[in-house]
Amino acid sequence: MKLWDIFYKGIFEQNPIFRLALSLCPALAVTSTVMNALAMGLSVLFVITANNVVVSIFRKCVNPKVRVPVYITSIATIVTVVQLVLQAFLPVLYKELSIYLALIVVFAIILARAEVFAAKNGVIPSMFDGLGMGAGFAGAMVLIGAIRELFGAGTILGVSIFGAAYNPALIMILPPGGFILIGLMIASFNLMGEYQAKAKAKAAGRSEA
Amino acid sequence: MAEYFTLFMGAVIVNNFVLTRFLGLCIFFGVSKNLNASIGMGMAVTSVMTLSSILAWVVYNYILQPFGLTFLTTVVFVVLIASFVQLLEMIIKKHAPALYNMWGIYLVLIATNCIVLGVPLLNSESNFGFMKSVVHAIGSGVGFALAIILMASLREKLQYADVPKSLQGLGIAFILAGMLALSFFGFSGMIAL
Repeated sequence: MKLWDIFYKGIFEQNPIFRLALSLCPALAVTSTVMNALAMGLSVLFVITANNVVVSIFRKCVNPKVRVPVYITSIATIVTVVQLVLQAFLPVLYKELSIYLALIVVFAIILARAEVFAAKNGVIPSMFDGLGMGAGFAGAMVLIGAIRELFGAGTILGVSIFGAAYNPALIMILPPGGFILIGLMIASFNLMGEYQAKAKAKAAGRSEA
Repeated sequence: MAEYFTLFMGAVIVNNFVLTRFLGLCIFFGVSKNLNASIGMGMAVTSVMTLSSILAWVVYNYILQPFGLTFLTTVVFVVLIASFVQLLEMIIKKHAPALYNMWGIYLVLIATNCIVLGVPLLNSESNFGFMKSVVHAIGSGVGFALAIILMASLREKLQYADVPKSLQGLGIAFILAGMLALSFFGFSGMIAL
């Protein structure tokens, strides 16, 4: 049950993109199609989980003074593995993600999870923390990708949804549309959080009365 | 000469790193609340990016490529740039404390940043020569500075606007950045790269 909580908090309560606004950086550039967003999301899921495991295994033998360089080297190594695997088996995708794949190294979320969670917890909880955060991240990426692809090209995963009569709103695929969409999504997440807090306060007030 | 000018203007306006490539967003949104801070940040990013691009170019062309180690580029660049920025911070702290008081905090923030790492990676990926790498790095830095200064000026005005509660903060900042990006899109196609 506890492991499930660790996993679950990454998906909504502390969603890395909408809630913590961490590492929204370069990942958003590749959300113009669902496929790219999914590939990026899964790569990050893998890197964050693997790195959490590595960091928590070595948490007792890393001197706190040099911990950040150690974490960065570990992340960079895992990212290189992902790069090489994609380059070998999915060269087209690798080309489309280009430098954004390498830039996973500097995603604040990965370093933050290593520092906040993996450095203080055992291997199994750290793994679940990584999986939850990664899943939250990948889910958000796919959601953004789906909206952008649907309105910007009228397709999902290349399959036409609206039919030929739909005149695509090209702006959604272009960077400005990405910015505006993410702004609106952050706002709607905030709004949802507000309603939940209100409902909770109401329920609490009623039980007291 | 014309070639360098095109590259420079392209990096500043047409392919602005923040507004068309989504690089450096963390500091773009983090520091753009205040105009003075954003000017300092723009200058710090430009200089660090130029210096680290030079360093990365030397390492890439004289160590990684001759020995067939290009698959290590990501690891090497990250460690190289992070330690270079740390070193720079120490040197400035020791020899120019006044400068450190002004800039030190920005240096810490950009030690491992997407934009500072992204430019050397792009340079090595496009096989730019030495001069081209430097011009590209300076152009990208100026482009970043331009974007963050514009953004900070807009956000300072925004403080007096009546923004809906759930949009406040990051939400409205993103929408603002989208509009800024849209206006920069007017330049696209002006320079074909």
